[in-house]
Amino acid sequence: MTIAKIAELLNAQVHCGQESLGRDVHSGCGCDMMSDVLAYVKDQAVMLTGLVNPQVIRTAEMMDIVCIVFVRGKKPTDAMIDLANERSLTLLSTNYRMFSACGILYEHGLSDGGQI
Amino acid sequence: MQPLTLNFRVTTDDFSLAGQASSAVKHTLKDLGFATDIVRRTAIAMYEAEINMVIHANGGNITVTITPEEICAVFADIGPGIPDIPLAMQEGYSTATEDVRDLGFGAGMGLPNIKKFTDELDIQTKLGVGTTVTMRIFVK
Repeated sequence: MTIAKIAELLNAQVHCGQESLGRDVHSGCGCDMMSDVLAYVKDQAVMLTGLVNPQVIRTAEMMDIVCIVFVRGKKPTDAMIDLANERSLTLLSTNYRMFSACGILYEHGLSDGGQI
Repeated sequence: MQPLTLNFRVTTDDFSLAGQASSAVKHTLKDLGFATDIVRRTAIAMYEAEINMVIHANGGNITVTITPEEICAVFADIGPGIPDIPLAMQEGYSTATEDVRDLGFGAGMGLPNIKKFTDELDIQTKLGVGTTVTMRIFVK
């Protein structure tokens, strides 16, 4: 699934990384605990989160996550957008809640990338 | 390749800066041509340790030595020390405050993650004196 498709399905606002909308995403995770992301997330993933702070971007960087979706209409700060731009990360915001946003992507074929 | 040593000072002035050292090492390893798996394992383990330093130990010093055979990272702090290491190694156990949890950390996965992503992990700690965490990732 491409990032563009994720943005379309979640009716999301694109904050940065427009040039990467064609990139493929292999798996997804919905999480507010960054240590859990660091423990379980697989390759080239999208992360859905309700957490808004720069460590979300750093965590994504360590995991080679390609796209972050902020749920419940949350928006990244300018500092976060700058950090994401330096790392070629795409940041999206959707008004869907976490459960629904994950459900929509799952319904369209995105999985968590395998067993723990 | 000559062994490459990198030193970083971690402070707690600004939580948003935590992870800078791990990020810098990740970029260096990538530039040096290390395999993706090695780069990512090092980045994750270092990032967890760096966050630990910020939230538990008022910062400290990191020394990273890179050779073609291994990556060794030493995290030395003068924080409160770890009273019970086996307990701290348990998944889900954390002494982090609610403030830290609100930032997305303190799930009790830090040390278990470091153990999971490294080949060797050594923790030397003394209550009231500090903790030194040494991790090694073997390249081959």
